[in-house]
Amino acid sequence: MRPVAVLGIGQTAVGEHWERSLRDLATQAGLAAMRDAGLEHVQAVFVGNMLSGLLTRQENLGALVADWLGQLPAEAFKIEAACASGAAAFRVAHMAVSSGEVDVALAVGVEKMTDTTSGETTAALATASDADYELVHGVTFVGLNALVMRRYLHEFGWKHTDFAPFSINAHANGARNPNARLQEPISERDYTRARMVCDPINLLDASPIGDGAAAAVLVPAERVYDRPRARVLVAGSASATDTLAVHDRKDPLFLSAAYHSARKAYAQAGLEPAQIDFFELHDAFSIMSALSLEACGFAERGQGPRLGLEGRIRLQQALPISTQGGLKARGHPVGATGMYQLVEVVQQLRGEAGPNQLERARVGMAQNIGGSGAMIATHILRVA
Amino acid sequence: MDIPRNWRLRTQRYALVGEECDHCHSKIFPPRDICPDCGQEAKAHFAFSGKGEVYSFTVVHDPPTGYEDQAPYAIALVKLEEGPIVTAQLTDVDSAQVAIGMPVEMVTRKLRAEGDEGLIHYGYKFRPTLARA
Amino acid sequence: MTERAHTPATPGEGNAAPRPARIMRPTRAVGLVGYGAYVPRLRLPAKEVARVWSEGAALLPIREKSVPGLDEDVITMSIEATRNALARAQIPVEEIGALWVGSESHPYAVKPTSTVVAEAIGAVPYLLAADWEFACKAGSEALQAAIGMVGAGMMRYAIAVGMDTAQARPGDALEYTAGAGGAAFIVGPQEEALAEIEASLSFVTDTPDFWRRPGAKYPQHGQRFTGEPAYFRHVTTAGRELMQALGRTPADYRFAVLHQPNTKFPQRAAELLGFSPEQTRAGLLVPEIGNTYAGAALLGLTAILDEAEAGDRVLLISFGSGAGSDAFSLQVTPLLAERRTAAPRTRDYIARRKEIDYGVYVRTRGKLSM
Repeated sequence: MRPVAVLGIGQTAVGEHWERSLRDLATQAGLAAMRDAGLEHVQAVFVGNMLSGLLTRQENLGALVADWLGQLPAEAFKIEAACASGAAAFRVAHMAVSSGEVDVALAVGVEKMTDTTSGETTAALATASDADYELVHGVTFVGLNALVMRRYLHEFGWKHTDFAPFSINAHANGARNPNARLQEPISERDYTRARMVCDPINLLDASPIGDGAAAAVLVPAERVYDRPRARVLVAGSASATDTLAVHDRKDPLFLSAAYHSARKAYAQAGLEPAQIDFFELHDAFSIMSALSLEACGFAERGQGPRLGLEGRIRLQQALPISTQGGLKARGHPVGATGMYQLVEVVQQLRGEAGPNQLERARVGMAQNIGGSGAMIATHILRVA
Repeated sequence: MDIPRNWRLRTQRYALVGEECDHCHSKIFPPRDICPDCGQEAKAHFAFSGKGEVYSFTVVHDPPTGYEDQAPYAIALVKLEEGPIVTAQLTDVDSAQVAIGMPVEMVTRKLRAEGDEGLIHYGYKFRPTLARA
Repeated sequence: MTERAHTPATPGEGNAAPRPARIMRPTRAVGLVGYGAYVPRLRLPAKEVARVWSEGAALLPIREKSVPGLDEDVITMSIEATRNALARAQIPVEEIGALWVGSESHPYAVKPTSTVVAEAIGAVPYLLAADWEFACKAGSEALQAAIGMVGAGMMRYAIAVGMDTAQARPGDALEYTAGAGGAAFIVGPQEEALAEIEASLSFVTDTPDFWRRPGAKYPQHGQRFTGEPAYFRHVTTAGRELMQALGRTPADYRFAVLHQPNTKFPQRAAELLGFSPEQTRAGLLVPEIGNTYAGAALLGLTAILDEAEAGDRVLLISFGSGAGSDAFSLQVTPLLAERRTAAPRTRDYIARRKEIDYGVYVRTRGKLSM
């Protein structure tokens, strides 16, 4: 096991890319990351993607992306873990490099979601849940999160509006991120008046889907580093699983896989939650922000919303989250999302986060959730 | 054409037949090879009573493909009397009347039809426990 | 078998010589060991149909009719009624030798309703399963067959279900009444019976009062021809012949229940047979749930069993277009009182109601062309 560094990053804007295909997006982000790393060749390409088979009728993305990037005959394959596919690809790249088998790996997260009707996309997203025991009942992905949120409100006594700070913070940050899908700030009034999607989840609790790709080049940390900017190391990389179906969990209100993967990542990094400067969490729905904060040790059980209400999640505060808009405003191109999170952590650590740059950004954490909590990958990156 | 995959689940779908673990006697639904409570092998059939209560619920207005003709419909996590929680639709109820803790009972209903000419898939849903005089 | 000869009161048997009535009794005594009802929750008031199709001017044949929910059909409704019957019968499902469902609205034209119901109650695989069709008497016909199988000793228990989600052409007179519901009965040995089946009789002729061709969505009917030569002749003949064969009169029965396509027909036929409104009251459900076709007379019977006492006699007469009537004479045993609370009563289902308007009805019944 050898330490791993992130040498280059790249991303496309998240949006409705009518003129660009799945392969165009992956190529654009991958080439940007390689250019950023100052490399023309990589030894392996790991493509994180969830829905290409269902929405684009294209699988075998490893070969496709390696080919389009001009990297043949590099080793390449697709990694799928629902919405955590991006971080899973990064994690595989990390394992490849840290093991010593690969010296230069490219992780690309890509998703193309606007080639299909919304019903087809909704049905495809729902495949992250249990097909035989959830999906067959007409459950949607937002529906599953609504079930969790309703019970959470019931159990811990929060009001729906107590979740507003998560969305307001994400939109405020997204408004200053040129790559974000949504670039308008919102007010608490907007939040409370938003159209109900799946009670209690309204439109401003939910992240927008979109097309996009993000990528990173991973190399051994010992590689000679000749760049003027900060070197970013992967201090912790872990993933864990929970039951596929929400109903099978002993406690549906606790993200056990987040807890386990975070605990491993903390141990690898030799850090405690209090030492994390900022956190790119998986705010696909506002309830997930609360659950993620709780499982990772930033809040007590049932107290996640307090961090938002006390303003501690905003830029320059105790624990900034969603610093480039998060899933809520940057957008959620599902299989690419985990890579966006990691790219944004690197931006912050390097001091390249533009108007959203944090003053204190030495250690950043990213957490990517697949399904309604079934597969969760947590990464801790830090400045060397 | 999901014929085999629906057919092989018919017993559990129609009648909530799960398992009881031989080792820790925990009741299991859906049936699976390994008991989620004690990790031992599970195989004895157990028919659930179908009685339970609403653990959580929501209403789906934007359904996935194949469920458009049913929307809007209520979905719930139902905590069965014997312990497990299952995901299912609520039926014979107005969404506004649903509440956490509401007693419900299992009924076998149409889950989905493959258009006017394809197969009809049946399975468990839950309704408010029938009031009896 | 033949107890006495009788010449039908109404002409119409062509040149055939009058035949003696044939009543049916099994070689060993049988009875109903379980019964269960089902009526869906939605109700369409007849005045809603009148509002849309006659500016409210039509005379209303009933108050309201039951309408199945979007996720209901004859299979799901039969499953619930059968579960209710099993709850009262308290028998091992492995001993059920037959499960028959009579309906004119089976969800599939080809693929049995009965196998799904049998699977849902755990009675598969060694049993007879079949679907019956004879307009509104498909269920009572299945009941007669069940009596035969159990009475012959070929099996211990047999289940007969009559269930329908009848469709009617929008604006047709039938649309006011075509309802949904039905009942399931478990026939078993007399010693376990909640009600003994004393005898039955079936009376059929080729009388085209109502029909639906394959592929047609809605039935057609002969309007007033459905009355005298069809409903009244078959119902009254079957009832009269059975009573005469058994040497009984209406006074021997506490309850009578007749097929009920509307409120007027069964009341008039009961009167012709010599029954008082008091005798037919308990089983007359059509004003509240409409004509449930194969379920109609059988649901009337379940409603009666919900309140009958030991020793009470019940006369049941079904009617199926095309046409025929099955008549049954039953007598309640002491066991009924202790078993009837084991499942919801017919009235519990009738009391559970949600009124809908014609627009919701049109959507629910798939009458919208999408």
